[in-house]
Parts: sequence; structure tokens; C-alpha cells
Amino acid sequence: MRNIEALNNPFGDAKVISNCSIFGMMDRTGRRFSGRDISRAIANMHDRGNGLGGGLAVYGIYPEFADHYALHIMFTSAQGRKATEAILAANFQISRDEDLPTQPTAEIVNPPLVLRYFVKPTHSRLEGLSEDDFVVRKVMEINTSVEDSFVFSSGKNMGVFKGVGFPEQIAHYFCLEDYEGYLWTAHGRFPTNSQAWWGGAHPFSLLDWTVVHNGEISSYGINRRYLEMFGYHCTMHTDTEVITYAVDLLMRKQGLPVEIFADIVSAKLWTDIDRMDPESRQLRSALRQVYGSMLLNGPFSVIIAHEGEMIGLTDRVRLRPMVAAAAGPMLFLSSEEAAIRLVSPEVDRIWVPQGGEPVVGRLECTSEAPKSDQPLAA
Amino acid sequence: MALACFKLPEFLVERDYDKCINCRVCERQCGWEVHSYDEEVDKMFADTEKCVGCQRCAVMCPTGALVISPHPGRYREHGNWTQEHLRDAIRQSETGGVVLAGSGNDKDYPVYWDKLLLNASQVTNPSIDPLREPMELRTYLGAKPESIEVRDGKLVSQLPPQVQVETPILFSALSYGAISFQAQEALARAAAELGILYNTGEGGLHHDLYRYRGNTIVQVASGRFGVDPDYLNAARIVEIKIGQGAKPGIGGHLPGEKVVGEVSVTRMIPAGTDAISPAPQHDIYSIEDLSMLIYALKEATNYQKPVSVKIAAVHNVAAIATGMVRAGADIIALDGFRGGTGAAPKIIRDNVGIPIEFALAAVDTRLRQEGIRNRASIIAGGGFRNSADVIKAIALGADAVYIGTAALVAMGCTLCQKCYTGICNWGITTQNPYLAKRLNPEIATERLVNLVTGWSHEIKEMLGGLGVNSIESLRGNRLHLRGIGLTHGELETLGVRMVGQ
Amino acid sequence: MNERNNGRRAVRIDATGLYYRDLNQLVREAISGGARRIELEGVMGQRYIGTNVYECPDLGDVEIHIHGVPGNDLGAFLNGPRIVVYGSAQDGCGNTMNAGEIVVHGRAGDIAGFSARGGRILVRESAGYRVGIHMKEYGPHKPVLVIGGSTQDFLGEYMAGGVIIVLGLGIDGPHRAALVGTGMHGGAIYIRGEFDRDRVGKEVGIVDPDAADMAEVEEHVRAYTDNFGGSAEEIIAGPFSKLYPKHLRPYGRLYAY
Repeated sequence: MRNIEALNNPFGDAKVISNCSIFGMMDRTGRRFSGRDISRAIANMHDRGNGLGGGLAVYGIYPEFADHYALHIMFTSAQGRKATEAILAANFQISRDEDLPTQPTAEIVNPPLVLRYFVKPTHSRLEGLSEDDFVVRKVMEINTSVEDSFVFSSGKNMGVFKGVGFPEQIAHYFCLEDYEGYLWTAHGRFPTNSQAWWGGAHPFSLLDWTVVHNGEISSYGINRRYLEMFGYHCTMHTDTEVITYAVDLLMRKQGLPVEIFADIVSAKLWTDIDRMDPESRQLRSALRQVYGSMLLNGPFSVIIAHEGEMIGLTDRVRLRPMVAAAAGPMLFLSSEEAAIRLVSPEVDRIWVPQGGEPVVGRLECTSEAPKSDQPLAA
Repeated sequence: MALACFKLPEFLVERDYDKCINCRVCERQCGWEVHSYDEEVDKMFADTEKCVGCQRCAVMCPTGALVISPHPGRYREHGNWTQEHLRDAIRQSETGGVVLAGSGNDKDYPVYWDKLLLNASQVTNPSIDPLREPMELRTYLGAKPESIEVRDGKLVSQLPPQVQVETPILFSALSYGAISFQAQEALARAAAELGILYNTGEGGLHHDLYRYRGNTIVQVASGRFGVDPDYLNAARIVEIKIGQGAKPGIGGHLPGEKVVGEVSVTRMIPAGTDAISPAPQHDIYSIEDLSMLIYALKEATNYQKPVSVKIAAVHNVAAIATGMVRAGADIIALDGFRGGTGAAPKIIRDNVGIPIEFALAAVDTRLRQEGIRNRASIIAGGGFRNSADVIKAIALGADAVYIGTAALVAMGCTLCQKCYTGICNWGITTQNPYLAKRLNPEIATERLVNLVTGWSHEIKEMLGGLGVNSIESLRGNRLHLRGIGLTHGELETLGVRMVGQ
Repeated sequence: MNERNNGRRAVRIDATGLYYRDLNQLVREAISGGARRIELEGVMGQRYIGTNVYECPDLGDVEIHIHGVPGNDLGAFLNGPRIVVYGSAQDGCGNTMNAGEIVVHGRAGDIAGFSARGGRILVRESAGYRVGIHMKEYGPHKPVLVIGGSTQDFLGEYMAGGVIIVLGLGIDGPHRAALVGTGMHGGAIYIRGEFDRDRVGKEVGIVDPDAADMAEVEEHVRAYTDNFGGSAEEIIAGPFSKLYPKHLRPYGRLYAY
């Protein structure tokens, strides 16, 4: 989308404001399940969104193409498709391309054409880049220079499905009850502006990293400028884009563990740091000194996912809600408890994480919620 | 330990002893205890340092013996360090506190009303004389549907609740506590007489004012003072106060000295405690939370009242306002940075927020671009000084305006800006019974009615000159405005053409 | 649908899949029609239950029993009825409540009892952030909030009146809430068990409760055990600490006049 800025920010606002509902569920044994439950769960929080954006991310859906990058691309013109497919053909082996299956959904109007491509980078084109970085570069190229085309999902064995509508309508439109994955996240959006664009819905993604987000980050301006120093182009003018790039920079590129990531974006208060033992104090102080521009200051709760992992995180004074629950191998994260109870009436435990303390679910290991959070139900 | 005071006095009190008759009116009138009588020498004296320049003594002096003027003794002039900067820094170095101020932003920011000029009819269409021809100012506040259904000549659709006002000028939020009961009663009575609305502010609704329920906007602010189901259902409109132009982004503390007697009863908090309004509403951290409170209030009033949401005019105001409409607000109240206050940190009053002219223009434009302008009325406030400001606001897109400071001026206020002290020689922003009782609600009512009547008549004259006989033909009609001395960027944001075009 | 229950007219409503507005309208109609006990089955996230019954007669006699998880703002502006939840309550439970009682057989979310002026909220388990924020009291109105377990940070923030009692039942180790009572200028918070005294708000003083305090605590602890079981004596044995505001006017010296 050459005009991505205008599309996602039609009024040229300093930033695009939107809030919402979020939900995530994961089977930590890797058992795959359909999108039926998450669709019901997010629909139960219908009033947290306003129908101007909904979407889901699902992991483990393309096992037959697990080693391929699965590109989901929306097109609004035949020329755009032609130009994009030329770029794909020049840079990738395309093992399969097909329309994303859809079904008529009354509330979904003027949908773009959406295709998926299972691709592998053509080795001679890598020019020293890793495959991941090459894919990121090509996705950015299409998204910023090609007319009428937008890549909104580019990871392996996962997919993002999103558009303008309530999330349950988007799920229906894309037939997500027919897919099976071991980890699902969902988002119901409440943008303040109505001229919503399909690409502006959540989840926001880069490779297999996805973010669904609720809140508004008041530090956006400096977060963005910091990321721009590292070559990120914040074309969407949204908090979520900034969070996604923060995840990419700190966790994927710099390889920092999730707990440290949490201590950067939801930094501990100085009054608490001052009371820590010298070693912890030194670490936390250094994080704030070095990454002060990456503190996400203001209300947020996010669910970050990538292959094999789901992370829930809130801001340091917990201004946005997040409820977590574990039921056998299942881990749930939600804006509201009722949505969890709807799909899993019985849970082993249900709790509200402390602000800034991540809840992490990983494949094949039980998620120990951090010791610090309080068990609220036996 | 009190530190030595290094402040120069701000005002000079000069008494013409040839005229002074030692009647001691000035002494009785001054809550600041500036004037005193010395029996031994049979003479009145003045403690200049205490004077706030409110002019009460000067106008009350039966012989015209008093002149209050800015003190000629000044610190050495300095282009950067003004007298005010020096004075404030000295005050703070004595107390370590936050400098408070009352009233609105008094700094020399451009007033864009003064750079907008109205049109008039000449030759091609007739102007109208409102003295004989019909001239309609009636306005309805509330969400309007996109269309209505008519069957067999009968209206089938049910409109969302609409509130009628006879002129698009409303009294903005002035809480009991910040102002005296007498002052609030005068506002209520004047509103009833004028067929308009007054706004309780966040101080609750005194039981004696329930009789004016037909003309009442009740506020639900972060402190939730006096908010119960009776209060909500007593109103024509329920207004959620998110922000105030004079102090965007911060809360307020009504000092314990003002929480006395009936104020405590009305706010439903114990006497003598600070009434603390937190900065945010703690059930609203997000746009979907705003929606939750809007619908909580609609549930609590059985969908019978429009819900207004008042915000301070700030940078992203257009996007915020569209979100508010989508969240279910029936009325958007915008308060510009010149809006008044009973108390605000001066640094915030004078440096945070944007002018109402731009906020109003941006919001009206955005709501139209989004196709949702009909879904909410817009009330603009923040520094309206005369009927021209009002009519220009209507032309920029407001349905109605809020006046606060102008209403206080009608009751006697001279903008001495000391509202936060609880001392008000005019009986307006005080709970001291001796001071408050000098404000006669009947007279104050009459003065308020006069002001709004005069302004309304001027608006009719201007409308007539424009060749329209109903206010809705001017609402959002920016072709009747031209800008003078404005940059292209300013003209574009205001959505008006320049003079001569 | 209608039945007599201990001489009180009872109405049962299946809330499954009902939109909150429709559900609350049914509740309103039932109460206006004379029902005194409303049983709501299958509640799952519906907001504002108990909010829209203003002007219904004799609200003090009304009981609303909720099976499931009611949505946010349960009992917002509540003015008399008793609400019993057989499950958890989400955020904003008892928001600006004036009178009545909310009994939660589970946990409660953030800002439970926000700005409440009266009534009582009993929560069997724990509650979220900013619980009891800006509770206030006036004359005969004195809100009470009892939390069986613990809470998260900013408990009793800006508290201006009323009583919060945190029992610490079933929690592992000391209470972890930070910034308890920050901005507090009225009321009292009673905490049973250990907590970090350095992390309370700077406006807060801590003392051992006296006999009169404990009499008040006992009254509400008994209400807790009456509803949820357990031994009132064991709970009352404490140890309790009382958090009180050091000043009625915490910000009296903030300003330069």
C-alpha cells in the first residue's frame, strides 16, 4: 500500500487512537483446536469494540507448509495484485497461492480480495540477509511502495485474519471455525475515527510475531522516534505498530528475554528499584537508563504471540484490565473474566496479573505465572 | 517558619482624604481587610499589600474617595522576567507550593474571535429586521437520527431525548462550593426565566434547587460528589466531566474551608474535609470505558436524558471527539483554554490546552467528514465575552455555547482572580455567609437575565443582517465568516476564507 | 416463571445470550411488577445489573441473585437492592453505589466500590487494582467493603470515608498491594495479616485497632462468614492493622496562595 499513511490515518492525526477488547487462548501441549471458542469469547465483549476493526491470529494452522512463510495479502485492485505477484515471483519460490476462503457475512461490506501465498525466499536473492530479515524487507517493500496491496501476515505456520467489522464477524467471514491452531489471539477494536481500513485492524504482525493491544500510550512520540533510529518506519501512526516494533527490536533482534522486555516497557518504579538488592537495582537502573525511551507509558494491556509462546503484559500501574486463567493445558488471557468463563466454565485457577508482570505460556511446559501474582481462586 | 516577604504590592490604594467621610463602608466591604479605621486620629488607613484590585471598595464608596490602581512601584523592567514571573518565583520560594489562580487564562494569546468577521446582506438578498419579523433562536440539544420514518402523515420514529433551549446560551458548570449558594440559585433562576440551562458543576445539587430541575444539567465528575440516582434523574442533561479548559488533565481540590454547612450536605461529604476530584475518572482510562460510563448513566436514567461529555480542548481533540460520539455521547462539550476556573495551578491554566476557536472548528469538521455530526450536539465554551463571540462560534459549528465568566461578571465579578481563596468581596466565590449574603439572588437573577437577553437580541440583529431568520441557518455555516490577519494554516484549520474572497 | 419464595414473589430470568439492555429491562419490569427476588440464570458479561431500577418501589426489599459472571459496573449507582453473585464480579462492581448490598461468591475486579457512598460489598476472594478508590461517607451513609483474600495496588486510593476490611484469607504470604491508601483523607482500612508498611501511601498512619474499631470489624466479618462460611472468631483473632488518614486535608499545604 503506497498510501498506507493516508489509508490508516485519513485525517493526518498525530496518531491514531483506538481501544478495545483482547482475548488469547493457548493449549500448551500443542493440541490444535478450532476458532469457534475464541470467536464466542471475543463476541462476548462486543461492547468493548465498535465494529470498526476485528481480527485474530492463529498459530499451527499450516502444518503442511510449516517451513514456508505464509503471506496473507489484501488487494484492492488487479494492478496491485499484478505488481505484488511480480515481486513475489522475483524473490520467492511460491509453493502454493490461493484465495483465502471466505463466506458471505451480512455485516462485512466491501472486503478487499485476500490471498495467501506459501513461499520460501529464493536463496540467490538473500544478499547476506537472514531469511527472516529478507522477508521483513520484502513485506515492507510491498507495503510501502506497491499500490493497493498490503501484506498483513507473514509468519510460518501461522496466520492473521482481520478486517473492518466486529471480530466475530471477521472470524465468520474468514471461516475460522474451519481452522485449527494451538494458540489463538483476538481483538475487537474501538477506533475513535471511523474511516477504518482493513489493514489497520489488529492483530498487527511482523513475521510470526503478533500483537493485540488495548489502551493508549502517551509516550508514543518518543517510542516512535527511538524505534526510527533503528530503521523502523512507523507508517500506521498507531501504538500497536510501535509495540510490535519494540517486540521485534528488543526480543527478536536483541534477544532479550520476555521478563527483561517487560521490565523495559513496563519499567519498575524508582521507589521500588531503590529498595532492591544491589544486583537487581543495578540491572533495573541500567534498563531504565538505556531503554528509557522504550518505556510504554500510559494504559495498555497486550497479548504478544509468536511460535510456541503467548505473553500477556500490562502497563506498570495496570490501567488496562487483563485476567488470566489456566484450565489443564489451556491458558487464557482476556479483558474480562466472563469471556473466559463462557468458553471454559471450569478453570484450575484464575488470576489478575500484577501490572508490568508478564504471564507467559509456552508449548510443552506449564506456565508458571510469576510467583508474585496472587492466586485468586483455588 | 515563615520566611521574610520580598514581594512588592500589586495594587495601590489611594484615598482622597478631602472626600473621605470615615463612613467605614470600605472597611466593611473588604474581605481582605485592606481598610481600617484608626479612632485615635479619626482616619481611615489602607494596607496596600493586601489589596487584590477587585474594586469593590471603590464602587461602594459613597463619596468616590478611593482609587485602586496597579502599583507604580515595580521591579526593574525586564523583557524576559516580567513582573509576574518575578512575583510568582518569590511566592514559591517562600512557600514551596504550586501557584494557584482563579478565573481563566489571562495571557496575551491571540483571540481568534477578533480575527473573524461576519457577513451581512446587501442588494442580492434582503436583511431582516428582528424587531418585526420572526427571528428564531430555539435550539434542541441531543442526538439526531439520520432520518425519520413517517407513515400516514404521522411520525413513527422515536427521537432520542431532545432538550429545548430558547437561546443557544447556557450557563456553564459552576459548582456549589466553588460559588456561593446565592450565586448558584441566581443561575438556576435565570436559566428558568430564560428557558435555558444552568450546570451544577460537580458539587451536587442543593435540595432547594431541585425545583429548577427543568433547567438543570447535572455533572458527574471524578469526585462523584452528590451523585446518586435522585441527582441523575433530576436533570435534563447528565454531563460527564472529563476535563476543563482552565486545567486540562488535572483534578481539583475544593479546600476544606469551603466544605462547610450546606456545601457539605450537597456534596455529601463531611464538613472540613478537602473535596478531592481526582485527575481522571477512575472508571475511565480508555474510550471503551467512557462508553461504559455513558451507558451506565443512560441505564440509571432509563434512557430519558441526553448524556453530554465535557472535555478540555487539547491537541487531538477532533479524534477524541469522534471517539466520544462513537462511545454514545449525545452532546460534546468543548472547553477552550481561556475557560475559567475557581482554582487551578496557574502554570497549567496559562500553558495547557488550545483555543476554543480551533477545537470547535476541528471537531465540527471531523464529525462531518465522518458523517456523524448529527449524532451529537456541540456546546462550546471557554472565554466568550460578547454576543459576537457566540454567533461566530455558532457559525463555526456549535449548537450552543457555555458562558461562565460572563455570567459571573453579570453578577458582579471583576476578574480579580482570587476565587481560590474563598474570599470574594462580591459574594460569588465564597462560603463566608457575611460575604455571600451581599449577593442578592433576585438582583443577580435579573442581571443574568438582562445579559443573556441583550446578547440574544444582538444575535437576532446579526442573524437578520445575514438574511436568515433562524439560528440553524447559521449553525456550521462558515461561509458567513471571513478571517482577517490569519495565516493560511489558521484559515484552513478554521475552515474559513480570508476577507475579500 | 413466577413463584412464591418465603412469601416473596420471585421471578426467574434466563439471561443466556440476552443483551444487557434487554436483560436489565426485564429486571426492571419484574421489580416494577412487584417481584422481590429475581433469579438470573446464565449471566455472562452483561453490564449494569441493578442500575436501572431507580423509581421502582421498596428497593430495599429487592434481591437479585446472579448465576454466572455479571459484566462490568455491576450495581453501578445501586440504591437499595441486595445483589448476590454466585461467581465473580468484573471491574467497577458497586461503582458510585449509594445503598444496598453486593455479595460476591468469587473474586471482584478493579475499582470495586469506586466512589461508593453507602451500602456494603462482600467479596469472598480477592479483588483487583484501586479497590475502594475514593469511597466516601456522609452522615448515615457509610460504605463498607470486605475482601476475603487480598487486593492489588492502590487499595483505598483517595479514600474519603467508609470502611475497607481485607481479611487475607487463603493468600500465600503477606499482602502485596503497594501504595495502599495513597491520597487517603477519610475512613479506615483494616488489614488482617502482614503487609509491607513501607509501601503504603505517605498520607497513611498505621495503628492497632482499638476495641471500638474491632467491634466494627467484627460486625462485618460476621456478615462475611454468614454469607461465605468460616469461623468469624478465627478471623477476628487477627492480627489486624488499622490504616487511617493522617490528615483530613492531605493537600492543604500544596499551594502557594
